[in-house]
Amino acid sequence: MKVVADRDICIGAGMCVMTTDAVFDQDDEGIVVVLTEQIPADEEMRVRNAVGLCPSGALSIARQ
Amino acid sequence: MTLAPDVPQYMRRVVLDPIPELSAIRDAVGVQKIVTPLGLPAYLVTRYGDVKAALADPARFSNRKPPGWGADSTAVTTEEHAQLSAGNLLGIDPPEHQRLRRMLTPEFTIRRMKRLESRIVEIVDQHLDAMEQAGSPADLVASFALPIPSLVICELLGVPYDDREDFQRRSSRQLNFRIPTTERFAEQRASREYMMTLVRRARRKPGEDMLGMLVREHGTEVSDYELVGIGGLLLLAGHETTSNMLSLGTIALLQHPDQLAAVRDDPDAVGPAIEELLRYLSVVQNAIPRITTSDVEVGGVVIPAGHLVILSLPAGNHDPHFIHAPDAFDISRGAPGHLAFGHGVHHCLGAPLARMEMRIAFPALLRRFPHLALDEELTDVPFRELNLIYGAESLKVRW
Repeated sequence: MKVVADRDICIGAGMCVMTTDAVFDQDDEGIVVVLTEQIPADEEMRVRNAVGLCPSGALSIARQ
Repeated sequence: MTLAPDVPQYMRRVVLDPIPELSAIRDAVGVQKIVTPLGLPAYLVTRYGDVKAALADPARFSNRKPPGWGADSTAVTTEEHAQLSAGNLLGIDPPEHQRLRRMLTPEFTIRRMKRLESRIVEIVDQHLDAMEQAGSPADLVASFALPIPSLVICELLGVPYDDREDFQRRSSRQLNFRIPTTERFAEQRASREYMMTLVRRARRKPGEDMLGMLVREHGTEVSDYELVGIGGLLLLAGHETTSNMLSLGTIALLQHPDQLAAVRDDPDAVGPAIEELLRYLSVVQNAIPRITTSDVEVGGVVIPAGHLVILSLPAGNHDPHFIHAPDAFDISRGAPGHLAFGHGVHHCLGAPLARMEMRIAFPALLRRFPHLALDEELTDVPFRELNLIYGAESLKVRW
C-alpha cells in the first residue's frame, strides 16, 4: 500500500499526524509530509483512517 | 422593537442532548425546510453523510454570502461591506480562503502545540489554585472554563488579557440570537474597532505573538482589515468554544462517574475521552450557513441554487449511521471522524489547541477536586438558548 498527499490542497489540520506520526508529519508551514510512501502492514489501518479523516481530502491511497 | 425569535429545532437541547425532534427529522427525512432565527428560509441538513459531504464541497456549498445575507446589512457602501467582512476565514471560499489560511497553519501544527503545553499546564494550575483558595462552592464557568481558554488565546494572539471583560461580553453577545440584529452588528463593529487598535500597534511594533508574526512574515500581503478579521475570528473562536466544552464536559463527566474516574486516573483514557466529549456535546450547533451555488441534491431533496443550508453538527454526530448507540456517552469508543470541528477546508484551525487545552484541563480539574459535584440542580443551570455555540452561562460546583 502507498499513500499520496496533495500538498496544494492540504490545510494543515494535522489530523493525519494525530492518527499516525509514524507515517505523516507537518513541515514548518504545517503542510503534510509523508514520511514513508510504502506503508508497513501494521500501519495500513491507521493510514486508511487518516485518509478518511483528512478534512481537506488531501490524502489518497494509491494502488500499485 | 424586534421580537425575540423562537429557538429553532436545531438549536434546542434537553440539558446536553439534541432534542428528539431533531433526531426524528434526521431519521425520517434527513433534510427539512425551516426558518432560521433571523427569519430566513433555509434547508436543515441532519444526516452525518450529508453534512460531511456538504462541508467537503465548497464549490457547491459556498461560505460567501451575497450582501444582505447575514453580513452586516447596515453597511452603507460596497466598500464598507468589504471592509467589514475582510479576513473572515469563515466567510470566504477557496482559493481566497487558502491564501489566508496558509498564513496561519504554521501556528497550529501538532509540534507547535506541544511547545505550548507547559504554559497551558501553568495557566490551568494557577486557576485551580485560585479556585481552591477562594473555596467551595464556585462558578466553574467564571473561575475555570472561561478564563483558561481566554488567557491562552490572548497570549497566543497578542491581546491584552486585561481587556477580557469587554471582549468576552462582546463575543458572547455576537453569537446570541436573542440580541437584536442591530445590537449584534454594533458589537461586531466594536470588536473590529478594538482589534484595529491591536493591529495598528502590531504594525508599529510587531511582538512575538500571532499578530506580530502575521505583520512580520506577511505584512505586505495582508491588509489591516484582513488582520482585524483574522484576529477577531481567532479571539472569538478561541475562547467561546473551548470554554463551553469545559463546562458542559464537566457536567457530562459528573453524570458518568466511572468514566470520570478513568479521565482522572488513566492518562491513556484522556485522548479518546476528549474525542467522545467533542462528538457527544457538539457545542457548535451548526456549521456557518452555506449558500448553494447551483441546484444540488442532498439526501434525495433538491435544494435550489441560492438557498441557505444549515448543517447540523449535533444531528450528524448523533446519527446511528455514523456510530452505534449515538446518544450514549462512551469514552472508550474514541469516535474518530466526528464533525464537532467541522470538515472540509474550513475544519477548525484551532482544533489542535482546543484538544490540548481539554487534555490538560479536565484531568487537572478532576485530580484537584476528587469530590467535585454540581452545587445546583441541572434544571437550574442557565443553559444558553439560541446561541451558535451551546453552553452554560454559569455552573455552580462544590468539592
